[in-house]
Amino acid sequence: MRKINNINNNQEILTTADGVPLKASLNRALRRERNISLLLVTPLFVFVLIAFLFPIADMLFLSVDNKIVVEKLPRTVPLLADWDETGTVLPDEQIYKALVQDINAGTVDKTILRLGRRLNFEQGGMSSLFRRSVRKLKRLKEPESYKAATIRIHRKWGDLATWRLIKRLSGKFTPTYFYSAVDGGVDKAGHFVRNPENQRIYLKLFVRTILLSLLITLFTIILGYPISYLLATLPTKLSNLLMILVLLPFWTSLLVRTTSWITLLQREGVINDLLVWIGVVDNAHRLTMIHNQIGTIVAMTHILLPFMVLPLFSVMKTIPPNYMRAARSMGATQFRAFLRIYLPNTVPGIGAGCILVFILSIGYYITPSLVGGTSGTFISNLIAYHVQGSLNWGLGAALGTMLLMFVLALYVLYDKVVGLDNIKLG
Amino acid sequence: MEEIQKSYDGETLVIKNMNMDVTRGEFLTMLGPSGSGKTTCLMMVAGFEPATHGEIYLNDRPINKVPPHKRGIGMVFQDYALFPHMTVAENLEFPLKVRKMSKEECKQRIKRVLDMVQLRGFEGRRPSQLSGGQQQRIAVARSMVFDPDLILMDEPLGALDKNLREQMQLEIRHIHERLGVTVIYVTHDQSEALTMSDRIAVFDDGVIQQLAHPDKLYEEPENAFVAHFIGENNRLLGNILEADDKNCKIELDSKDIIQAKNVNIAGIGNRTTLSLRPERVIIEPAPGSMPNIFNARVEELIYLGDHIRTRLKVCGHDDFVVKVANSSARAALNKGETVKIGWNIEDCRALDPSG
Repeated sequence: MRKINNINNNQEILTTADGVPLKASLNRALRRERNISLLLVTPLFVFVLIAFLFPIADMLFLSVDNKIVVEKLPRTVPLLADWDETGTVLPDEQIYKALVQDINAGTVDKTILRLGRRLNFEQGGMSSLFRRSVRKLKRLKEPESYKAATIRIHRKWGDLATWRLIKRLSGKFTPTYFYSAVDGGVDKAGHFVRNPENQRIYLKLFVRTILLSLLITLFTIILGYPISYLLATLPTKLSNLLMILVLLPFWTSLLVRTTSWITLLQREGVINDLLVWIGVVDNAHRLTMIHNQIGTIVAMTHILLPFMVLPLFSVMKTIPPNYMRAARSMGATQFRAFLRIYLPNTVPGIGAGCILVFILSIGYYITPSLVGGTSGTFISNLIAYHVQGSLNWGLGAALGTMLLMFVLALYVLYDKVVGLDNIKLG
Repeated sequence: MEEIQKSYDGETLVIKNMNMDVTRGEFLTMLGPSGSGKTTCLMMVAGFEPATHGEIYLNDRPINKVPPHKRGIGMVFQDYALFPHMTVAENLEFPLKVRKMSKEECKQRIKRVLDMVQLRGFEGRRPSQLSGGQQQRIAVARSMVFDPDLILMDEPLGALDKNLREQMQLEIRHIHERLGVTVIYVTHDQSEALTMSDRIAVFDDGVIQQLAHPDKLYEEPENAFVAHFIGENNRLLGNILEADDKNCKIELDSKDIIQAKNVNIAGIGNRTTLSLRPERVIIEPAPGSMPNIFNARVEELIYLGDHIRTRLKVCGHDDFVVKVANSSARAALNKGETVKIGWNIEDCRALDPSG
């Protein structure tokens, strides 16, 4: 940049007829246009900012946010800083006093129970500990020893693990949600450890989500490529009709489409009935095709197919039929001409379709939750569970953040390998 | 050495019973207005459209059942059809690789054709980095790199601007002369056809109207369509009064009698179209020097540099055009003036009434 400026400085500055520098004059002329276009963009920008960027930033923040401990235990936390959590000695009397004061302060508006819930995510029994403490501490009047009294109320206050947990979580930010999201926790020394094999769910679900999404993407290519080719090569009249058939499901409610797959695929459903009627399948051994992975794959392939067909079609539409003819006139068989000439030219469409379908399916929620059963659910179903069911927003946010990061990483990878400017959506 | 003979029936006849012979080494142009069936014809030769009826022969071998990739026919398309994802060298290599030629041979051939089209050093470029004329030349080079017996060119210069087109016409012509390869060329531009071809087949309505050398086509058109399509032409309509083998007498609608050469007329009493080239009309001929001398009124003068296009009203036709060469001896014409014009019998050809 500086180099360019230098060059410009060495040259004479161009001016308009009345001596105003050309650049200034041009700027003035363009300002009005620029202002108008800014004005046009503003509503959308504000909307995206409020409805999209802020929530996402908020979610990202929730996944590491831990200020509830400091907020609810303002007296206890600073004192705990001096306590040695690696030792075997319980905190001293002063800390217990501070704890009682903190809990009593939180009891007034009952918000202290939220802290209990938060700590319960890390260690079972914390919620009930706080509920009990709130109840009993109300009646506690100036004891000789706060320490003894508190431990009498609940013996967990005399447990080193409880205090270690509080101390460990006394920072404003915490990585524990992410530890949980990758099926891990911390040991006594505060180091990351993986959960036992039989308690790992999230990573497994991530892998399943990615694998199923890849499979769905593959199926949409297999099904979508020939259709797109037909769409692009048939005469306009026919291809318009076909296009309507492709888009028809697009205009139907997602719920209707998903539930109609249930009708088709269930044990007493249309397909099973048909197979039994033909005699392929014995009536006693009807196929289970819904509420498992098959259901998720079938329904989602169907639902996401247009997202593959449309970019493919728009790319194929621009490939002149003469390419194939030229290749064939030069001696290539139909197959070879397709492989060497047609296919490489559709790569931008395949890329765009894959990215669309894969990203959409990796975060898909409704269909897997309706037809996925237990083996066909996606990570998004678990995120929804943590946000709506268990109210562990932090964990939900951590899982969501990981999903987002994965998609972004994929995007970058795609850019490196294929190039984003190679994507064509129409 | 190649013999094409076919007819093509669809719902409507696009090509109606057509016979054509192309000799080895010939540059044959199919010329006609759009929709006349010339491209369809080319596609049939290349094998992309099946002939509904009839047989196409290449080197005396019937090729109707031969798929396009086995015909060994090179082709240049109007949009060049260079593969955008390949470099120039890869594009040229494609037909050679398909034929499993050795790396060494590929290299040599690519070098040779690039020399031929004067584009050495462009091997690594992509088609999008070339200008229209360069792309065109690569397309020509690619169609020749595997030494095909026959090269088909489907309006290859249609997308170029006028100057480049004229330059490329000569270049293709020269390449053809140097290699002696057989070329079938399709165009709707008659000057292009005249410039390049050994012979021209004029197409209209799925029928070859005339197949002849360019000069013959211009000077001795066999029917009214060819006369009208090739070059500029004055048309006079009339009835045949009398005719012998060589000449005939025509009564125009304005009751003037014209003597003309009998080329393609039905018989006495029938209608005919007289065709007369603008440059063959003589202004103010010596009285009695030629059989056809008429009065004409000057309607319009258009100055075109080397000649003056003069529109006259003659024998009831007011679209009669005469080209007056811009020589120092030319007669000064003024608008509205009445002059005498005349022409010889052999310059005025009596043809079929249509067209």
